[in-house]
Amino acid sequence: MANKRLDEATNTETVGHEWDGIEELNTPLPRWWLWSFYASIVFAIGYVIAYPALPGIHSATPGMLGWTSRGQLDKELKSAADERAKTVAALKDMPIEQLPQHPDLMRAAVAGGAAAFKVNCVQCHGAGAAGSNGFPNLNDDDWLWGGDLKTIQQTLIHGIRQPGDDETRMSQMPAFGRDGLLTPAQIQDTTSFVLSLSGKEKPSAASQRGKAVFEANCAVCHGPEGKGDRQFGAPNLSDAIWLFAGNRDAVSTQIGNPRHGVMPAWGTRLDPVTIKMLAAYVHSLGGGEEFAAAPAEAQPEAEATTAE
Amino acid sequence: MVTVLARAGIWLAVLFLAVIGVALAADGGFAIHMGIVALAALIAVWFTISGADYSAIARGILKMPDQSRYDDDPVRWGVIATVFWGMAGFAAGLFIALQLTWPVLDFAPYLNFGRLRPLHTSAVIFAFGGNALIASSFYIVQRTCRARLAFPGLARFVFWGYQLFIVLAATGYLLGITQSKEYAEPEWYVDWWLTIVWVCYLLVFVGTIVKRSEPHIYVANWFYLAFILTIAMLHVVNNLDVPVSFVGSKSYPLFGGVQGALVQWWYGHNAVGFFLTAGFLAMMYYFVPKQAERPIYSYRLSIIHFWALIFLYIWAGPHHLHYTALPDWAQTLGMVFSIMLWMPSWGGMINGLMTLNGAWDKVRTDPIIRMMIMSVAFYGMSTFEGPMMSIKSVNSLSHYTNWTIGHVHSGALGWNGMITFGAIYYLTPRLWNRERLYSLRMVNWHFWLATIGIVFYAASMWVAGITQGLMWREYGPDGYLVNSFADTVAAIHPMYALRAFGGLLYLSGAVIMVVNVWQTIAGKLRSEAPMHDAAYDPEADRPILAPAE
Repeated sequence: MANKRLDEATNTETVGHEWDGIEELNTPLPRWWLWSFYASIVFAIGYVIAYPALPGIHSATPGMLGWTSRGQLDKELKSAADERAKTVAALKDMPIEQLPQHPDLMRAAVAGGAAAFKVNCVQCHGAGAAGSNGFPNLNDDDWLWGGDLKTIQQTLIHGIRQPGDDETRMSQMPAFGRDGLLTPAQIQDTTSFVLSLSGKEKPSAASQRGKAVFEANCAVCHGPEGKGDRQFGAPNLSDAIWLFAGNRDAVSTQIGNPRHGVMPAWGTRLDPVTIKMLAAYVHSLGGGEEFAAAPAEAQPEAEATTAE
Repeated sequence: MVTVLARAGIWLAVLFLAVIGVALAADGGFAIHMGIVALAALIAVWFTISGADYSAIARGILKMPDQSRYDDDPVRWGVIATVFWGMAGFAAGLFIALQLTWPVLDFAPYLNFGRLRPLHTSAVIFAFGGNALIASSFYIVQRTCRARLAFPGLARFVFWGYQLFIVLAATGYLLGITQSKEYAEPEWYVDWWLTIVWVCYLLVFVGTIVKRSEPHIYVANWFYLAFILTIAMLHVVNNLDVPVSFVGSKSYPLFGGVQGALVQWWYGHNAVGFFLTAGFLAMMYYFVPKQAERPIYSYRLSIIHFWALIFLYIWAGPHHLHYTALPDWAQTLGMVFSIMLWMPSWGGMINGLMTLNGAWDKVRTDPIIRMMIMSVAFYGMSTFEGPMMSIKSVNSLSHYTNWTIGHVHSGALGWNGMITFGAIYYLTPRLWNRERLYSLRMVNWHFWLATIGIVFYAASMWVAGITQGLMWREYGPDGYLVNSFADTVAAIHPMYALRAFGGLLYLSGAVIMVVNVWQTIAGKLRSEAPMHDAAYDPEADRPILAPAE
């Protein structure tokens, strides 16, 4: 079958085989190709000598450089920790109440808190901390439990309705509809009253009836004017800010069959410095309140809506 | 008569088992699947019985098909199936690209992203690509061996059995049946079925090579054989699992943890290596020299790069698991084998491109060869990009980002898609005995739409991937992470929209192909200014008959 011929266009000899009209030229391997192939093999051998490569029965060759991926990770984590060490040490010894008096440290804490927030908090509160349905907006000055540094820190450490944490923020609104405490008509009336507090509905006969129900059942936590009470984490109902939504459906659902959000107790997951930084960051978002003279569990109620 | 009875008997047994499967099914998905199998078996019984020529059997004559022509029925069906599944796969791809851009399009449960994504990948790789490979291999092995297909009945079974595999896989995804292994999602019974079909495929292919009339085996057939054998091995090992019940759809894999991950990526990477590279190189080695009407550039290069490619590729899988629980030594080996793979991969590109030596003017005048050459160029780009991304320091930036998606698609849309389109345009007029394609100008349109579509796709995914990679690792001056994950998602949103636009262009090009192929099969010729096309002599396109006949 050796029908070798010279291909005119390329002046190259063919191999002499032919399949369905296809011939093959006997062109030698391109030099650059061959040398690049050799070079990649030489590189591979060098890399195998330098890095962990050949498996044995119990372990693999460690490589001349002594490199391991775990070692590299440790080194990178350590160098990052070293960079932050000074700030972290300073923050560790500083009671959070005194943080505002040290602007440099405060700025560092806010930066660290922003990073920790992105990893741990954005899943519920959103990348811009604006919250969403059922998850509080942290940018405003409407606080369920209080917005000074120490109170925010307390909320972070112990969470909200975290089972097994004695100091967690705990509040439980009764299920007025599900448990038959109120009739459906009463719930609708109360809804009218609640919506009238923020001007979302005009006062009406229904809201008048609802007012009586509210005073008997709701005022104990939400206050007679619906301004809320931070001691119980009871939201202010007279402003434009709603944890769920400020419409008839959402409000009547919340009265009849309330939902109770849960926030983890971060004290068991994050170190105290990170929590301090998170508190500083959340405080810095726009609604942070100045530290009140009263202890953390104070009741600065009825002032929730006034900017400070 | 005995064969007819035996075949009908086998299908009746399958029908019987499938009906039992429906009756005893442990879950609804399995019942639906066994219903589909029963339907397929019923159709097979019907065709076996009604299709037999009883008068010929009665007269004791074994009616032979025309032995002076190649056995092209399965190839014709395969070309149509390739076009059909290609459209399904491209449309699914565009839809999930739109879902990623506008998640409101996510319709749970049947049409959510999680179920449509494997539908897209399987439709393009296994349905579009697989049919292209089976059809072209049946075409090429006959021509380059100058012999008709061995076991013609088995060849037909391979085609229809493969379509059943596709239907079972696709419906399974929508029903939520998956073993959650990327590119190997179908459950155990579908895997078993594919194994049977694949072994028959191997028999037909090897049988044809064995009865060849040419003294040597052409290089395209080496690649096809490597593809068929290795896929069989990969498929079986990666799908070793234990069914929870023989009448239920759920199974659990034999390998767990990091061993499972390694087996999965040994499979996953070599599905790329042997399905999408070796198999499609086989297509390239036949269609490029035929369309260019030039000899292969270098026989020596084809030998060296073939053996280097198949030896090195099989070790490269661990580069998918850089910086994971996989031991460092295995990651090292995955990386160095990937780097050594660069030149062997490029051997195919050189042999494809340089085959045009002496005919480069055809890139200007012949839209089909232009398509093929662009395909080989994309092959070269992605086989450079691949080894580069396997380098650990590059991988630490690119891994888990859209860069990987861009890389895969410059390979899949550019290399696999374009060489398949070229093959379809080459095959259609020849298989249906037409003077030429309905329109070569439409091929030109398809070429430009597809090329610009890929540029949009790949460029937007590069930008998105590098943006993601850099944002994930960005530290501020205080030593803290700057971006949340959601920030990085928001940052690449415009790139997702551009990617979907690229996909739309690519799909539009494929729609033009559908019209062109349809009209060609219908026997129409568009009146247009002529363009260059390769010559075809139907009289020479015949097997060499055995001397005894």
